[in-house]
Amino acid sequence: MTALMTTRPPATGNLAQVSDEALVSLVASSDEQALAELYDRFGRVAYGLALRILRDEALAQDAVQEAFLGVWRSADQYLPERAKASTWILTLVHRRAVDLVRREDRRRGEPLDDAPEPVALSTVEGEATLGFQRRVVQEALKGLPSDQREALELAYYGGLTQSELAERLGQPLGTIKSRMFMGLARLRDLLAQAGLEESLR
Amino acid sequence: MAADAHSLAAPYALHALDDEEARGFEEHLAVCERCREELAGLREAAAGLAYGAAGPPPPPELKERILAQARKERGNVASLPARRRNWTAPLAAAGAIAASVAIGLGVWTATRPSEENAFARVLAQPGAKLMGMGDRGAVTVTPNGEAALILRVPPAPSGKTYEAWVIRPGAIKPAGLFRGGKGATVLEIQGAVTRGSVIGVTVERAGGVDQPTQKPFAATKAIT
Repeated sequence: MTALMTTRPPATGNLAQVSDEALVSLVASSDEQALAELYDRFGRVAYGLALRILRDEALAQDAVQEAFLGVWRSADQYLPERAKASTWILTLVHRRAVDLVRREDRRRGEPLDDAPEPVALSTVEGEATLGFQRRVVQEALKGLPSDQREALELAYYGGLTQSELAERLGQPLGTIKSRMFMGLARLRDLLAQAGLEESLR
Repeated sequence: MAADAHSLAAPYALHALDDEEARGFEEHLAVCERCREELAGLREAAAGLAYGAAGPPPPPELKERILAQARKERGNVASLPARRRNWTAPLAAAGAIAASVAIGLGVWTATRPSEENAFARVLAQPGAKLMGMGDRGAVTVTPNGEAALILRVPPAPSGKTYEAWVIRPGAIKPAGLFRGGKGATVLEIQGAVTRGSVIGVTVERAGGVDQPTQKPFAATKAIT
């Protein structure tokens, strides 16, 4: 068996066409190259998300590192029938980033509108897919009623809790929960219509 | 509380609950199938939002740091994952499906004729689909649910067997046992494989078990 392990070809040739879900299974068997391949697929989106939430490069790197080590440690608990691997991984990244932003208390007094605008599409040339995905999501967000969009953005990108949102917007908690639910449900439909799903395959 | 708990799925999917609220909702989730299903869809939508934040690339050293730390942690893991790692032995050809077919063609002469026939017969049926199974196998499924798998794995450890499963949300059914070994093994899947199912393989004690005791080390995507 040792011979087989040492003669393993580089991940690029071997794993490039393996599904995300199968990669997680390989990670569950402590396959480091599978982890590297997952990072190559999702590391950039993960970092973009963490940076948007944390607005600090060092903290964003910490969040991404912790999330991928979470993938490494708990891949055997991932259930493919429950969620796509991409959803599972990005949920871990979001969780870590939100935990960090709350711990660092970086949200106070910083209206989301002041958040640095993510890099212009021209700087992600050659990464047409990423640019396309970003545009699809931003268009889908624009397609939501503004109160739903606001609730999703402040919660997901801003890291605010529902109670903080209710206070900030001067709305009852029930209204906030309802906006989140309606917003996510509508967003799911819009993303499906726009073909984000297909672009992620 | 119960009625209110249902309404927490969306804030939970957005990580917009404080720790205590999140714990409460997780307790509710354990007993509420409706919320588990709803959460799955809401989480998928929430994860889509991640793509809306695309920014500059992470520094290259981040990947190295993550891999170095993972390597360090692997030194501490129990012997089972270390042993299982051997199963990730690579295939000669790249690409799950291409590789599987290549293996299939390459080793069919070495497999027993009856086994060879099972995979070839299913694959030859009108409308049969071929799906990759990790990087070392494939499954073929006909529109009426007949299926066979071909998989290249080392011989099962002594006292153990490979066991295939037809996995649907809420129902996992045993689909056959095999020993593995040189070349590829062909197995005719027992029972109908319906759309949305996943076919997976685990290692179990010799003689097989009714329900898998671990996560499949090889699995297809959901059959379409």
